[in-house]
Amino acid sequence: MNRTRWRNVGNELLANKMGIAAVAVLLILTLGAIFAFLSPHDPNELDVMRKLKPPGADHWFGTDDYGRDYFARALYGGRVSLMVGFSAMILATALGTLVGVVSGYFGGWVDNLLMRLLEIIMSIPSFLVMLLLSVFLKPGVGNVVVIIGLLMWMNLARIVRAETLAIKEREYVLYAKASGQGAFGIIGKHILPSLLPVIIVGATNNIGSAILMESSLSFLGFGVQAPNATWGSMLNSAQGYIVNAPYLALFPGALILLTVLSFNILGDILRVGFEPKLGKR
Amino acid sequence: MRQLIARRLLQTIPLLFFVSIVCFALIKMAPGDPVLSFVTPNMHAEDIERIRHNLGLDKPAYVQYFLWLKELVQGNLGYSLVNHQPVLDQILDRLPATAGLMGSAIALAVLLAIPLGLVAGANRSRWPDKLINFISYIGISVPLFWLAILLIYLFAIELHWLPIMGMRTIGVNSALDVLKHGILPCAVLAFSFLSVYVRYIRSSTIGQLKEDYVQIQYAFGSSKRLVLFRHVLKHVLLPIITLLGISMAELVTGAIVTETVFSWPGIGSLGMTAVRGMDYPLIMGITLFSAVLLIVGNLLADILYGFADPRINKAR
Repeated sequence: MNRTRWRNVGNELLANKMGIAAVAVLLILTLGAIFAFLSPHDPNELDVMRKLKPPGADHWFGTDDYGRDYFARALYGGRVSLMVGFSAMILATALGTLVGVVSGYFGGWVDNLLMRLLEIIMSIPSFLVMLLLSVFLKPGVGNVVVIIGLLMWMNLARIVRAETLAIKEREYVLYAKASGQGAFGIIGKHILPSLLPVIIVGATNNIGSAILMESSLSFLGFGVQAPNATWGSMLNSAQGYIVNAPYLALFPGALILLTVLSFNILGDILRVGFEPKLGKR
Repeated sequence: MRQLIARRLLQTIPLLFFVSIVCFALIKMAPGDPVLSFVTPNMHAEDIERIRHNLGLDKPAYVQYFLWLKELVQGNLGYSLVNHQPVLDQILDRLPATAGLMGSAIALAVLLAIPLGLVAGANRSRWPDKLINFISYIGISVPLFWLAILLIYLFAIELHWLPIMGMRTIGVNSALDVLKHGILPCAVLAFSFLSVYVRYIRSSTIGQLKEDYVQIQYAFGSSKRLVLFRHVLKHVLLPIITLLGISMAELVTGAIVTETVFSWPGIGSLGMTAVRGMDYPLIMGITLFSAVLLIVGNLLADILYGFADPRINKAR
């Protein structure tokens, strides 16, 4: 990872209007989640007198079935959604990188074993397993993170493995080996830094899919549970008011779409920025 | 060719074996005692033990696994804990609804994705490409259940054009009725498949347009449209085979959320009911069923790909 590469990524991002928009959206949503406490309304304050009010000047997103301010709830829901997505991504990226590097660098029976294992895991429909695990374990933010993280590291592991196979044949790695450095020293000092672009791109795309998975789980009622709300669980309760208050369904879903869309766009821009050879596809 | 098929088949057998172990282990991990679903209030402790013995649940786990496996290869996936019906029958009962929905969604997606992908690839970075690209970005980013809710609101609640949910109107038994119920779920699924397919087809179109045969066709004076839809199209169809293999894997699980939102009586919503009711044999059956579909789907894709592009065999 040298400076030119970072500059490439920066240029690619600035040259791309969608990229600037994606970064802006993510920035706004993250700031909104962090500074949610500044909102004048308490997200859990009940008021039956003003329930199901349509969006207006006082309540930007209206109020929900318990009279809670929907904008404040969306901010706090975003906090949990983004946190779950981010943490699950960290877990999946760490696991995928570890398995990929070990498999690619050591080769032989280790590689064989890990790749067969990966094949087995990939053959089992992950969404079903996710539902199943969230029934076994008590649903909570931590468990949702673990469940999602454990089920989406496989693709990254494959990519990292392939990349490691290529990197370990490069001269500087061969030289490090010949000069007697230990395997883990070489991995840490020479291989991981070269893998960084692949890992960053994979991680960016993973946040998007983690947020989507969490929202599906929560929408079905298996993810994050009350009193914690996420955009997905807000949609779950909004489903019952689709006739009287369709705006309840509109906002959380639009926020999920915006977030995931931004991460996906960002991921592709990073990919092109890191690998200019790929061309502007 | 024959060698390739034989080798891939041989690889599949241990994979299926291990997948079955994982499925079994998942269910064994489950909290709760399956015997309890057979217990009625006036049973004695001995009765409960007898049931446990009859079900083979007093044996060690590995013995239970092999007993289960023995039944499995004979086509017995066990019985539901909730309604005590054979699991396989329930799955097969729901299969047509899911297969019909997914089949039409995939077919629709392929039919639309081919021209869209070709056009996008041929007009790289110009407005048709940007538009198609943006739509496919939305397709891979949108939560499908939300899209489903929006479509239900628009077409069923506001416009009253289409029914809200289910597969049939009660008391009505016509193909047209099923078709009407199927439009929205099919559209949602097709959109999500389409968005993935378009991206593949677009990038393989871009790759193909650089090939020599394209230049030769141009040199012979072929028009752009002719080159694209007669020559490039053939080569672009290849990666679709792989995509179809992947889609086959999603036949069951991809439909869970969509089928649930639309109350479509397929395997996906059956799986949802099973998970909600903690009906372990049924969950295990569905998991295994979709795993087998996935493995067979990939196998078929590989073999078909080998037929379609003989270079693959030589490379291996």
